[in-house]
Amino acid sequence: MAARDAPGGAGPEAAAPVPAGLQAPELSQEEKLQLRKEKKQQKKKKKSEKGPAAEPPEVGTPSEPGQPRGAQPAPAPVLADGINDGEKPTGGKSKAELRAERRAKQEAERAQKQAKKAELNQAATAAKPRLTPTEPQSVVKRLPEHVQVDDPAAQRKLAKKLERQQVPLRQDYGTKVNLFSHLHQYSRKKPLTQQMSIPSTVIHPAVVRLGLQYSQGIINGSNARCIALLEVFKQLIRDYSTPPNEELSRDLVSKLKPHISFLTQCRPLSASMGNAIKFLKKEISCLPDSLREEEAKEKLQDTIDKYLREKIVLAAEAISRSAFEKINDNDVILVYGCSSLVNRTLCDAHAKKGRAFRVIVVDSRPRLEGRETLRRLVRKGIHCTYVMINAISYVLPEVSKVLLGAHALLANGSVMSRVGTSQIALVSKAYNVPVLVCCETYKFCERVQTDSFVSNELDDPDDLIVLRKGQAQLGGWAENKSLRLLNLVYDVTPPDLVDLVITDLGMIPCTSVPVVLRVKSVDQ
Amino acid sequence: QTDVLVLSCDLITDVDLYKVVDLFRTHDATLSMLMKKTHEPTEVVPGQKGKKKPVEQRDFIGVDDTGKRLLFMANEADLDEELVIKRSILQKHPRMHIRTGLMDAHLYCLKKYVVDFLVENRTITSLRSELIPHLVRRQFSSPSVQQGLDNKEEDQKKKEQASLDIYSFIKEDNSLLKPAPDNSCWNDHRGDMNETLHEGKVRCYVHIMKEGLCYRVNNLGLYIEANRQVPKLLFHLGLEEPLVHGSAQITDKGMVGSDSIIGSSTQVGEKTSIKRSIVGSMCTIKDKVKITNCIIMNSVTIEEGCCLQGSVICHNAVIEKGADIKDCLIGSDQRLEARGK
Repeated sequence: MAARDAPGGAGPEAAAPVPAGLQAPELSQEEKLQLRKEKKQQKKKKKSEKGPAAEPPEVGTPSEPGQPRGAQPAPAPVLADGINDGEKPTGGKSKAELRAERRAKQEAERAQKQAKKAELNQAATAAKPRLTPTEPQSVVKRLPEHVQVDDPAAQRKLAKKLERQQVPLRQDYGTKVNLFSHLHQYSRKKPLTQQMSIPSTVIHPAVVRLGLQYSQGIINGSNARCIALLEVFKQLIRDYSTPPNEELSRDLVSKLKPHISFLTQCRPLSASMGNAIKFLKKEISCLPDSLREEEAKEKLQDTIDKYLREKIVLAAEAISRSAFEKINDNDVILVYGCSSLVNRTLCDAHAKKGRAFRVIVVDSRPRLEGRETLRRLVRKGIHCTYVMINAISYVLPEVSKVLLGAHALLANGSVMSRVGTSQIALVSKAYNVPVLVCCETYKFCERVQTDSFVSNELDDPDDLIVLRKGQAQLGGWAENKSLRLLNLVYDVTPPDLVDLVITDLGMIPCTSVPVVLRVKSVDQ
Repeated sequence: QTDVLVLSCDLITDVDLYKVVDLFRTHDATLSMLMKKTHEPTEVVPGQKGKKKPVEQRDFIGVDDTGKRLLFMANEADLDEELVIKRSILQKHPRMHIRTGLMDAHLYCLKKYVVDFLVENRTITSLRSELIPHLVRRQFSSPSVQQGLDNKEEDQKKKEQASLDIYSFIKEDNSLLKPAPDNSCWNDHRGDMNETLHEGKVRCYVHIMKEGLCYRVNNLGLYIEANRQVPKLLFHLGLEEPLVHGSAQITDKGMVGSDSIIGSSTQVGEKTSIKRSIVGSMCTIKDKVKITNCIIMNSVTIEEGCCLQGSVICHNAVIEKGADIKDCLIGSDQRLEARGK
């Protein structure tokens, strides 16, 4: 009986979180751990016990999966009643009988849960160990679709969703490197508009144009993309008219969804765009119902303007001013690639004529964005040097600080930026050169990433083919079965390589990013 | 309210339209058009006496290195002896390819303000020969020149007409893309200190088709050529209809060549050979007729023993027995007597 008591004693504890979990949508961390411990114990007990207690759950298992969901809420209140009854034994039953009843119910419950777990494990992707096992009623943290390309179930869901929204699905191009087979790889020569009618009926033409400009690389850079996106949304709102019997706040959000899917198909959304869209959706859903359509549209456009002005334009100015304090006389500043914010900072600093400094522009293939930075800086009269990224260890001894731009700042303090940034940060650390990252707060993202593999973007591999004297060595890469081309767009710099992050809220160390995120979410 | 796509109705093409429109969309162009490399016509065109002079009809088209941006367009008829190219074009686009073998497909994507400009400007009568070259020329001239002329008081009427500058129609509030290019790091040219796209507001783009079907059947030769290509192309276009229509009554199936098209309800007699021809519907072709390389329209009656080569026979014509027709154009409702030549 003592042995039986132990599972019996452990049983109510296991049973108690279960109904609590059934009724509340989230299981807390402790409850999850508890459940896992219980399961381990039960498995051990099962192996030791060869009595009939082991068999009824097994017999019960085949029948249980048949009605896991329906039966679950039913046992829950029954179980709750059972527990209450157990604590205050009614006169009708003896203690032993009650305990046996309870035990049987708990075994059945446990068997149900295990069967369900087995089901869910089969359904969940085996290739994603990071995917948290979905508890039946808990909040599921889903991986975004654009990093699940090698999972056919997720892709089918995506295809169905796109079909429903009447957005064409873009086909992947070329064989991908195995490590990155979970990401999309598109070809620039096959734009999405190939599959769309002219004039486009479902997607607003301004959005089609924007998507095309994204996919062809005409609009590049986190800030530029976000600004263009918001402008196009303003136009969408202007051209929108509420259908009868619909509310603007709900209908507009659902109208925006196909457009956002289309833009995602053209090019995966950046963190800044994601944050802007979240903000916009929240604004739309918070619109008071009393407003007329015209006023509501006006108000929305004003909020978008305000967001643009505050988070992007004014933030850029604030960052430029803070960064100016960090630039000393006779400084040698290293910049990488083309960041609109860094360019603006340097141009403003030069215009203030207080400090004399020179700039070393580091560039890398295949984008060669550094040339654009070079052009803009030289036009303003700043003294510049241009090197390729393989030369940084030669120039770093004379560099006094490194100024980098960011695509997004992740919640653990890592900086997500153009590929090559982490290289520069690493080598700078080796040479003891301070690394400053300029980033507006609207690019702060709640994602956590420690490596550059999980969530990245693959660009067109044909960009890597270079024509020299009329010959393209890599031209026939598709025919060669063992050759894969990889054109990564982003990489993640760990927070210990970055010395300071200059934001519009001030100059903060990398580890304070979660604090800022928390403050931001409290504000909203 | 929006941008327009202008098509001429005598265009037969299988171009991917999205390519032309994408050029328009991507670069926010004022004009985007379609062109095709032409082939010299080889076959003799019926009904034409004397050789055509193809030289006068040539167009000089200048495109930049990428083959997308249209820099220069002039018709040979407008030029005397020299080709004049503005220096500003060469400064901005050092490499320009000039081509003469291109045929304009008359398919244009135009921005809305061009339509407004057309409405205001009464002097422009033809799209192709006036508006398009005007737009191409204005790409590289600055708007300020026109502004100066605006202020003059004398000859106001004349100036009014001249000052209808396309630039004045470009609305400034259409600044959707204005902040974005400042932040975006894309540039269409290298080795230059200028801003992307040279800050030109008027931009013309052209999509040049290399292969594929594109015919403008605005003259006879092209019409015949197009008709001849149709049997081969119907296959490509995926049309399921057989070349010989189901309701046509043909007694001798073997005599009809595989690249001929016979319309519906046509009756073809015995021993009639039809090669490389297109026969319309409701025709009656009697026995012992030889038809080669012809285009026969609907409701034509051809009596016995005729021999037709390289001709175009229009609707409702009647050709009597024994006629021998070579390289002719026969109009509608004509009646040719027997044994004619």
